[in-house]
Amino acid sequence: MAETTAKRSIVPYGPQHPVLPEPIHLDLVLEDEKIVDVLPNVGFIHRGLEKLVQKKDFNEMMYVIERVCGICSFVHGMGYCATIEKVFDVEIPDRAKFLRTMWSEMSRIHSHMLWLGLLADAFGFESLFYQVWRSREQILNMVELHTGSRLISSVNKVGGVLKDVDDDKLKILSKTIDQIEEDMLRVQKVFFEDYSVQSRLKGIGILTPEQAHALGAVGPFARASGIPLDLRMRGDNAMPYIDFEPITSNDCDCYARCYVRFMEVLQSIDIIRQCIAKMPADHTLVTPVKGNPQGEAFVRLEQPRGEVVYYAKANGTKFLDRFRVRTPTFANLIPLCETIKGENFADLGLLVLSIDPCISCTER
Amino acid sequence: MTEVFCPENILEEIKADQIPEKAMAKIAEGYRFSQACAATVDNHLELSYSFAHDETYQFYTFRILPEDGEEIPSITRICPPATFYENEMRELFGANITLIALDLQDKMYRIEEVQPFAPEKKEGE
Repeated sequence: MAETTAKRSIVPYGPQHPVLPEPIHLDLVLEDEKIVDVLPNVGFIHRGLEKLVQKKDFNEMMYVIERVCGICSFVHGMGYCATIEKVFDVEIPDRAKFLRTMWSEMSRIHSHMLWLGLLADAFGFESLFYQVWRSREQILNMVELHTGSRLISSVNKVGGVLKDVDDDKLKILSKTIDQIEEDMLRVQKVFFEDYSVQSRLKGIGILTPEQAHALGAVGPFARASGIPLDLRMRGDNAMPYIDFEPITSNDCDCYARCYVRFMEVLQSIDIIRQCIAKMPADHTLVTPVKGNPQGEAFVRLEQPRGEVVYYAKANGTKFLDRFRVRTPTFANLIPLCETIKGENFADLGLLVLSIDPCISCTER
Repeated sequence: MTEVFCPENILEEIKADQIPEKAMAKIAEGYRFSQACAATVDNHLELSYSFAHDETYQFYTFRILPEDGEEIPSITRICPPATFYENEMRELFGANITLIALDLQDKMYRIEEVQPFAPEKKEGE
């Protein structure tokens, strides 16, 4: 066996780091500039939100679960309600299904655009970052117009949704997504063809389909490794009425992750258009639920960052025994470590960013 | 229209020492480890290990009801992604999971309270 002449050192990365908006710590084993091993460490901001099910009744708990994460707030609220609805075995009205699908796609657009902007900023392309975030403001304005709030919308309720959207607001949304699509098509060429973007993203952070499957990668991270895993295929809410195919790439690198998320922004715009066109005329928003939940349920949804698993165990009182959120970042941390091994230390920031980490979600 | 894959979730109750072989069988069938979590129900632990099939969208859960203090063998050598889940179940719920590949020694979450979700101990324990 050939002896290595490279100098080995262990470098702590995080929890506070300019590239990391949230705290995660990695112990990196380096051989010169090459990362040969990595040990992840989380747990800096554990809030114990799941423990609150013992003190908040199942209706109030929706407002707590929304606060697991600011960016995926709507989907968390929706996932919580869907889980309790499954325990109650109730079906929500059709209009509520379409509104949930439409709002969750708006949530996906602003989440992916946030990530695309951060990515551009991370590889030093500031004007691209400004362009993407400028467009992101428009979708956040639409979220505010429809729900009354930009991030924590509180429009879900066990049994349906609390707010309706009139035709005028749908028309404004339709016009705005046309504008966002136009803006994004303008920057698409830069993301996909610009030399500096390609030189920073292509060929780094490879995660093969076999590794992605074995290590449990989910969301755009898995789809960028050629795995067509998208929980929207399960037909939740209005998805059975929508034309939709998961977007995948076989390149398996950071560039592929950028490609998948970018194309998903355009795909979400298309889904919103379909929702607007097929919005049911019946304005019933809620199926009333009576009594307290009894039983248990698992629900899986496709968050912007990937598969999220909700588990509820109810005992017939107004307090649940357990509510568990398994967030996509929790699943993606182990495969992330695999993509880091063998890469250059200088690329670490981009590699960590490439899974769109949300530590706030992970720690709950 | 989207072709919908929505099979019913399956739940199978097993004994604690069966989990490694059951996990191995699911992986061999093409499943991916999806999640593991614990719950305290009627002052007893319930552990759930779930596996997902990415082509059929089937979700299969193994349920373990361990006796007080019963050892539960880790599946991290079969399913490396189970690392954080098993550390979490042990740290927060007191599940006696042994031989975790990356053992964080109950320091995954930096919290003062010891096993905040665990069943209450009976007198004399």
